[in-house]
Amino acid sequence: MDIIKSFFKEIRPEFDFDESKNFIQDGYLDSFDVITLVNMIEEKFGITIDGLDIIPENFCSYDSIKGMISKNGGKI
Amino acid sequence: MKTVFEGKKISGILGILPENVYYFDDEVNNYTFPVKQTMRLKKLMGFESHRMVKKDSFTSDLCIFGAEYLLKKGYIDKEEIGAIIVVTLSPDHFLPHISNTIQGELDFSEDVICLDIAQGCCGFLVGLMQSFLLLDKLGNKKVLLFNADVLSKKISPKDRNDFPLAGDGAAVTVIENDKTAEDIYYTIYMDGKRRNVLRIPAGGFRLPNSPETGELKDQGDGNFRALDHMHMDGADVFNFVQTEVPPCIDEILDFSGLKKDDIDYYLFHQPNTFMLQKLREKLEIDEEKIFSDLVRKYGNSSGASIPLVITDNLSKLMKKEKHICCLSAFGSGLAWGAMVINLGMMKFCDLVISDL
Repeated sequence: MDIIKSFFKEIRPEFDFDESKNFIQDGYLDSFDVITLVNMIEEKFGITIDGLDIIPENFCSYDSIKGMISKNGGKI
Repeated sequence: MKTVFEGKKISGILGILPENVYYFDDEVNNYTFPVKQTMRLKKLMGFESHRMVKKDSFTSDLCIFGAEYLLKKGYIDKEEIGAIIVVTLSPDHFLPHISNTIQGELDFSEDVICLDIAQGCCGFLVGLMQSFLLLDKLGNKKVLLFNADVLSKKISPKDRNDFPLAGDGAAVTVIENDKTAEDIYYTIYMDGKRRNVLRIPAGGFRLPNSPETGELKDQGDGNFRALDHMHMDGADVFNFVQTEVPPCIDEILDFSGLKKDDIDYYLFHQPNTFMLQKLREKLEIDEEKIFSDLVRKYGNSSGASIPLVITDNLSKLMKKEKHICCLSAFGSGLAWGAMVINLGMMKFCDLVISDL
């Protein structure tokens, strides 16, 4: 999960994501941040994330992001 | 609605762009977001340059510029036109209609049917549907279909969600009867329950423009816009497109009896680079069969985007060959649809830069 944390530091350095229970509802990630994160994940893990998986529910917590990466063939 | 249009053809397309080009790099400081964060979106979203009309140029000006070009070049004769259809979300006025403005300014005959249709990004497909239906009653007369918008005037320059993609533009398409034309396969859907995903809250009769509706307000996400401005909920629109468009393409291919590889070109509406990339991946379309750089070069020109893609990328080809094309558009309404058509051997297929 360190790699996701490093992406967050790059995208939104002003937030401590460990303090949030829901990154989307708390306003830590907006829709453009999600797109940036998708691009970073795809490049790092060498996967293509299905467009149908790019929904807020899959980016609201570390666990949901991890699950989404695994579903799309990434090893995390 | 799913149907087959018989004996109809597109015999020419003209794309019209404004003269002035604006660059994302020059606008990046207009937004409240950190520059580094915003610049990351440049390649991903296709935020590079966009064309917007001058302060005193409007939708009817783009349309009349296009019609005059066709008349001067001899691509159309006034006498052969039976209908003028204008599809736009940005009319000059509530009254008069733009189709009547074109008719009056260019002295078309009084028996020419004039029709304005309010439709957004799905406007080319909706305009073609109306044109095909009208042609059943027009005999040897042709339809002039205008898709034109100057929506940049309704987008806040301090809204990073919407403004980098703002693009004005227009297209004129000539559609006519031809008994030898191959069948056109067509499907379209609408969902008014999701109508507020794309909206301009003020400016109609329910909420007229006023100093209050023109006041820029912090939306709480770093963007500033007024009730007079257009807004789309990016995440909802993205999800709508990824959910509805792929099955719609599968449906039209099945309906036309074609396979994905049988299609020479996929000509899609151009919302942003990321959305098109995800659509292409989902549909497993070869990169050389789909165009996705219109938004990067000119911005999202709403209903004119598909004819602009054609005139920008396939101008020479469309005048000398025919190709099986799958068109798809999706946007406000919500509306989405697809069409399979053997497109080509056109009398003209040009892209012109206006002085507007």
